[in-house]
Amino acid sequence: MIAETGHFALILALGIAIIQMVLPLYGSRRDDPQLMAVAVPAAQAQFLLVALAFVALMTAYVTSDFSILNVYENSSSAKPLLYKISGVWGNHEGSMVLWVLILALFGAGVATYGRNLPRSLQANVLSVQGAIGVAFLLFIITTSNPFVRLDPAPFEGQGFNPVLQDPALAIHPPFLYAGYVGFSMAFSFAIAALIDGRIDAAWARWVRPWTLAAWMCLTIGIALGSWWAYYELGWGGFWFWDPVENASFMPWLSGTALLHSALVMEKRDALKIWTILLAIITFSLSLVGTFLVRSGVLTSVHAFAVDPARGVFILGIMAVFIGGALALFAWRAPLLRQGGIFAPISREGALVFNNLILVTACAAVFVGTLYPLALESVSNEKISVGPPFFNYTFVPLVLPLLLAVPLGPFLAWKRGDLYAVAQRLMVAAVIALAAIVIVFAIQGRGPWLAPLGIGLGVWLIAGAASELAYRAKLFQASAAETWRRFIHLPRSSFGTALAHAGVGLSVIGIVATTAWRTEDITAMKPGETTEIAGYRLVFDGVSERAGPNYDEQLASFHVFRGDSEITELHPTKRQFTIEGSATTEAAIYNAWGGDLYAVLGDPLENGAYSVRVYFNPLVRLIWIGAVVMFLGGGLSLFDRRLRVGAPKRAAAAQGRLADAK
Amino acid sequence: MPSRANLRRFALSLAVALLVGLNGVAPALAVQPDEVLSDPALEQRARDISANLRCLVCQNQSIDDSNAPLAKDLRVLVREQLKAGKSDEEIMDYVVARYGEFVLLTPVWAPHTLLLWLATPILLIVGLIIVVMLFRRRATVAEPKPLSAAEKRRLNKVLDQA
Repeated sequence: MIAETGHFALILALGIAIIQMVLPLYGSRRDDPQLMAVAVPAAQAQFLLVALAFVALMTAYVTSDFSILNVYENSSSAKPLLYKISGVWGNHEGSMVLWVLILALFGAGVATYGRNLPRSLQANVLSVQGAIGVAFLLFIITTSNPFVRLDPAPFEGQGFNPVLQDPALAIHPPFLYAGYVGFSMAFSFAIAALIDGRIDAAWARWVRPWTLAAWMCLTIGIALGSWWAYYELGWGGFWFWDPVENASFMPWLSGTALLHSALVMEKRDALKIWTILLAIITFSLSLVGTFLVRSGVLTSVHAFAVDPARGVFILGIMAVFIGGALALFAWRAPLLRQGGIFAPISREGALVFNNLILVTACAAVFVGTLYPLALESVSNEKISVGPPFFNYTFVPLVLPLLLAVPLGPFLAWKRGDLYAVAQRLMVAAVIALAAIVIVFAIQGRGPWLAPLGIGLGVWLIAGAASELAYRAKLFQASAAETWRRFIHLPRSSFGTALAHAGVGLSVIGIVATTAWRTEDITAMKPGETTEIAGYRLVFDGVSERAGPNYDEQLASFHVFRGDSEITELHPTKRQFTIEGSATTEAAIYNAWGGDLYAVLGDPLENGAYSVRVYFNPLVRLIWIGAVVMFLGGGLSLFDRRLRVGAPKRAAAAQGRLADAK
Repeated sequence: MPSRANLRRFALSLAVALLVGLNGVAPALAVQPDEVLSDPALEQRARDISANLRCLVCQNQSIDDSNAPLAKDLRVLVREQLKAGKSDEEIMDYVVARYGEFVLLTPVWAPHTLLLWLATPILLIVGLIIVVMLFRRRATVAEPKPLSAAEKRRLNKVLDQA
């Protein structure tokens, strides 16, 4: 029954989505408030129905109902509860249901909290959301139905890929999807604006919170994936320029650009057409990412050709939405009037520079990811585009942008004074230079670029701090006055500073671990010792242990620094019985200044084991930086001036005031 | 008609592709202790070369990161060539001759990769030109021409009449 309930709920959701797509749009064209009003309950009902389907699927997973093909193929009764739950989105069909669930959630959010939007704008936005919902619900129902039954029901499931049985990876997809799909809001708002042929600063104010929320989720989602790869894949890498990573990185880059251009639009009513285009591009890249990952085209162009139903369907969705949006853009964008004139050296100018670099960097990732696929399908030539390509193209592009980040917030709108900005950043520049000199002195023989990289990170952090110090008039006014100013700074100022400082932290982490990581690959017998980065590891041998759905070999290392024992490390190898595959679990000790990272390899002759030990300096800053960016986004999101409901409440308060008079 | 087992593998690899962000899902224990060369300088060269060679049976891994048997064979091959005194270029040429261009993680500079390498710089330049042109046009829009002497006289006349 549960499966059938879920299935029917999906079909009903499709029906509702069709209504949500058609009636409000027709209503807004006819200026019919009743038809437009259909959008709100439709979006809410669509969300409830998709949620019902999702809960049905989750129930099937939690109760291990192997009469459902999807559960049988991706679960087993012995699996811990967390992974039964995450198993729902650990496969193609279930992850598409999650995709649509998040889409419907955002739609219901606009329906419920967007009552202060102009009626026709809200109707059009929800109509476009409905259209996206129709496309993907149709995709699920026709090509990727998770509720297909098996008869007779097998006694036990086939299990779940062991590398996915991990806490970070359990919550990685929901965050990633919330980011991907969240950009659909910016897209829907852009299309709605084009349909209306009208766009103003208020539009940007409505769009920005949704974009910011999506961006925050995507930031955390990408960071979780990277953190997981770091400890699970067993060689301590954190980013591989893999097509699947790039698929989530491209929307992040253009989404970051969108956040900044929407700022210009909100404050200065400029860059309107560009912001609309960027909103379309960002969601298009989310669709491209979905296509890359979901169609199988990455496995190989030929695998795609063998079973093209899903891939072709998503290609069709892409063609309709991207093509349609760009056509609408070409037709309607000239109607939008440009406002807000500014000089090249100004806050707006800095944000244009930001957008130029981010979009070009995004294009570099796009070309690097898709070129081999395109080349193979056109000429059958196979080439590889690996990390070195991105190091040559992406990295040099982004460096000047990072250098310029601290300047932006100091520049005045309309016309800025670069000389004055330079003066205000003098302290930050001195700190960064000092960092370069100190690091250069400490590192001795090492890559000469590394101290500069660390200096860049310090520059970003010190620059962010300088901005807050300047706005609080630190050392310009009395301590009490500075404090009063500091606590009254708008939250979005703190948000900007935190987000930029977070980028600095990540830069430091990336540079430090890339430049100075050390490794030791040895064969060790019990009782033997190896040394790395001032730590001494004594190997105690390997013991067997049984987990819930795996057997593992557990190695023991005693870690010494000098004469004192600091910790024990227990890297393991796990054999998953049902799935018939193995994983390695690295043991990581968060030492001062970096991670001590140990991996157990295969047994060699005469009782020895191959062992790999790494020291990854400052590597955690990479993900701490991402968390700081997330917090910065959160602070901006909860800035009163930005909140969607705020203008309404302020207006209501004024109304009451007027009544009182 | 693909068999069910194939479909399942396909679905699983898709799921993994999405979630893992990487298709090299096997526990990676790339370089083994017995492979490491005793000369650290030579070993470093071997690692640098390996990082630029693709493991042909993996999704997107260098042979330095992969524990596939083929990757191991290639690593050993690279080290044997190094011990024989070959230069980095000679070794790269040798490997490409054997396995094709697909093995290189840094794409070559050739007619069929021109667009790959040039797309980004071209886009940057085009973007810069557009930005500069927009600022120029803006500048002309922003500052209307000062009134000519004749216009000033007419303006004064109108103001005087008022």
